[in-house]
Amino acid sequence: MGQTPFVMQLLDTLAALLLLLSFAMLAQRRVATLVELFALQGGVLCAATLLLAWRTGEENLLLSAALTFGVKVLALPWLLRRMIRRLGVYWDTDPLLNIPGTMLVGVLIVVFSFGLAQPISALASTATRSAIGIAVAVILLAFLTMITRRKAMSQVVGFLSMENGLFFGAMSATYGMPMVVELGVALDVLVAMLVLGVFFFQIREQFDSLDLDRLESHQGGR
Amino acid sequence: MTVALGAPLDQILALLCAWVAIGAVGLVRPASLKIAGRTLFPLGAVCGVAIAAIAAIAATHLSQLPERLELPIGLPALPMHLRLDALSATFLVLLGAASAGISLFGAGYFRVGQGTPPGLLCFEYHLFLASMGFVLLADDAYSFMVAWETMALSSYFLVTSQHRIGEIRRAGFLYLLIAHLGALAILLCFGVLQGGSWRFTFDAMRAAHLSAGWAAAAFLLALAGFGTKAGLVPLHVWLPEAHPAAPSPVSALMSGVMLKIAIYGMLRVAFDLLHGLPGWWGLVPVGLGLFSALYGIVFAAAQTDMKRLLAYSSIENVGILFTGLGLAMVFRGAAMPTVAALALIAVLYHALNHAFMKSLLFLGTGSVLHSTGERNLGRLGGLIHRMPWVAWLTLVGALAIAGLPPLNGFVSEWLLLQAFLHANEVPYPFVDMLLPLGAGMVALVGALAGYVMVKFYGVVFLGQPREPSLARAHDAGRTERAGLAWLALGCVALGLLPATIVPALGAVASSLGVGALPARGGPWWMLAPLGPQSISYAPPIFAGTVIAGVLLTVLVVRLAYRRPVRRAPPWACGAGPLTGRTQDTAEGFGQPIRHFFTPWFAMRRHLPTPFDTAPRYSVEIGDRIWRALYEPLAGWVDRGAAACAVFQRGRISTYLLYALATLCLLLALVI
Repeated sequence: MGQTPFVMQLLDTLAALLLLLSFAMLAQRRVATLVELFALQGGVLCAATLLLAWRTGEENLLLSAALTFGVKVLALPWLLRRMIRRLGVYWDTDPLLNIPGTMLVGVLIVVFSFGLAQPISALASTATRSAIGIAVAVILLAFLTMITRRKAMSQVVGFLSMENGLFFGAMSATYGMPMVVELGVALDVLVAMLVLGVFFFQIREQFDSLDLDRLESHQGGR
Repeated sequence: MTVALGAPLDQILALLCAWVAIGAVGLVRPASLKIAGRTLFPLGAVCGVAIAAIAAIAATHLSQLPERLELPIGLPALPMHLRLDALSATFLVLLGAASAGISLFGAGYFRVGQGTPPGLLCFEYHLFLASMGFVLLADDAYSFMVAWETMALSSYFLVTSQHRIGEIRRAGFLYLLIAHLGALAILLCFGVLQGGSWRFTFDAMRAAHLSAGWAAAAFLLALAGFGTKAGLVPLHVWLPEAHPAAPSPVSALMSGVMLKIAIYGMLRVAFDLLHGLPGWWGLVPVGLGLFSALYGIVFAAAQTDMKRLLAYSSIENVGILFTGLGLAMVFRGAAMPTVAALALIAVLYHALNHAFMKSLLFLGTGSVLHSTGERNLGRLGGLIHRMPWVAWLTLVGALAIAGLPPLNGFVSEWLLLQAFLHANEVPYPFVDMLLPLGAGMVALVGALAGYVMVKFYGVVFLGQPREPSLARAHDAGRTERAGLAWLALGCVALGLLPATIVPALGAVASSLGVGALPARGGPWWMLAPLGPQSISYAPPIFAGTVIAGVLLTVLVVRLAYRRPVRRAPPWACGAGPLTGRTQDTAEGFGQPIRHFFTPWFAMRRHLPTPFDTAPRYSVEIGDRIWRALYEPLAGWVDRGAAACAVFQRGRISTYLLYALATLCLLLALVI
């Protein structure tokens, strides 16, 4: 075993933490806790970015760490918490697949994504290439979170978490996307959040519930 | 190329933009009929005349052509290429001259009604005109397709201008659907034509070398695409639906001009862009064309709606055009350049002719429709007394389309028959025996066209009115008459001056490398396309003889017959007074044709029993191709869609699952 520098070990730990948080989100049924987990994931992502910035001396990464902190740790969780308070959605009742079953599928997905990431890691030249598998796993797990939830709110959190995974993937494969793209994505996520917030209120007005089952009976004439 | 307003291409471009601008002005006050009718449509007509004149001058000064222009419009690194050559100049003359008459007519025709407001209609109309002009100028696949689709969409909105009527919406949708299928075929055709260079300018296509198989594929795709737009059987079904649905000036524009744009596209592909295709592929359009011609005219004979009748007659004429086109390809492949040029000239000439005469007839039906509110031949009759202007001007169109000398329809059919008569020299076995039979078919179609026109004109304008309300019919307004007269004048001029027009069209044929006619010999009034020693036709002498004969007869009768003229009701065999119902009807007149061609029609007849006190007879005539081809096709599409609907669960989780599965699958495939 070669001597892995302490910083890199720390980065790998953070990546593992990210994956763990994804699993926690997959298992969590309380919507409020889901948001806290999401904020935590953002924090870990921010720390990993800072660490990488310090290690590689890329100034762009500093900026994107600041962006991550501002958008994903402060702004979005605040918006989500406020929305939860206003809408009174605290629980996501009975997920479509029970929690242990979901976890098992999650494990399979992680195996799949690590297998997938192996050839990519071989090609990448960055110090963090081992983390690419984790990034793909985070994306797919977030997808799974979206599939298994009934409440629109939890689906939105899943969607945002997917964006975390994408961000982490880009960072570990090529030390981050160009600044313009990153800014654009951050802005997009914020705007999407606002639009979805409006939708939540509309859905509740119309159907007295944020349960997506209610929408499904209104799929239009076939 | 620098932009200088002296060059014909720049002038034409400016005029096309003027058309768009005229349309845009109409949008300023869409409800105002005064602006649209009194100012904008006549202005559009002036633009049309100007375009025709510039293009005609350009076409006769061939040393300047082809002229090119690159406009930095569109996607980055994809400028619009424009090009003016002899072929596009010819069709620009057609577009400008025919649309001038139609615009003049339209100035008085459009009224404020339930449908699209006149300003919006004016915008769609002029956009339609300009897009057709851009199709003619386009020199790369992108700008061609953009202009082509603009043409399809603007004409769709024009067809559905009376969109409150369900039948019209249905006709419009059918048109839109089939137009898009055709556009798809054209797009694929261009995709084949670039031949691996991945550059989509027409220059790149001219330079591309295709294998025989790919050349055939490109040709068949072009035939499908442009045949759809032109109304070649069996892709014609939209035509008899859309033409009656549209307002008459729009029908005139679609039938008279837009179908010719499709012919232009086919000529452009077959004679300019596509190389390496064996000549005998021309037999495909010859066969389809002859079949379309016969099919169209037989169905026209059975129609009782005057605009549907004209629509089917358009199918016939498109068939004749495709026949000539195929014939030119066969002759070119057989190294018979002179006859190939003759066939191509016949196509171009017939396209010009049909643009004038069919527009004239459609506008005539428009006037009739306006003043009587009837499209059904069974409720018209005797209108020559009420609407003499429309009746006499329409007569010119009817005679022309029936192919009677000295009018223009005769000239092009004569040229086509001359080309057919050389078909026995083609060096392919069997083809040399079968092709001359096509001449017989063309003659049969010509005779039937005469029959159909007798029916159309006789039932609408002659005899006695079949309905009492026809007594209130009034003649067309001044601008409408001017439009009709312009087109009728075109028919007469094209009929009397073939000896000056044929050499000009011959220049188109030689610029496309098809072949050249022998140098012109003989005086201006004598048409002898294959040299002074061969067959010839002198329309002014023919016309002079006919007119002199008529005048002489009138004079002789006047001189010889000295007693006063006695007017009395016609003898009715003692069966009481003759009413409007004692005349031959449209159904009755078409009956012999229906009888001969019974297997072609899907007919449903309701015959009264002998004991019926109020006997009624009715017959519905359906299109067999519609039932045999389109209905099963629609059924398959429906069933396929129903099968796909299994996946449409309406659950967001399921859709997300689909997305995840697709993502995983793609990732697994890529890695």
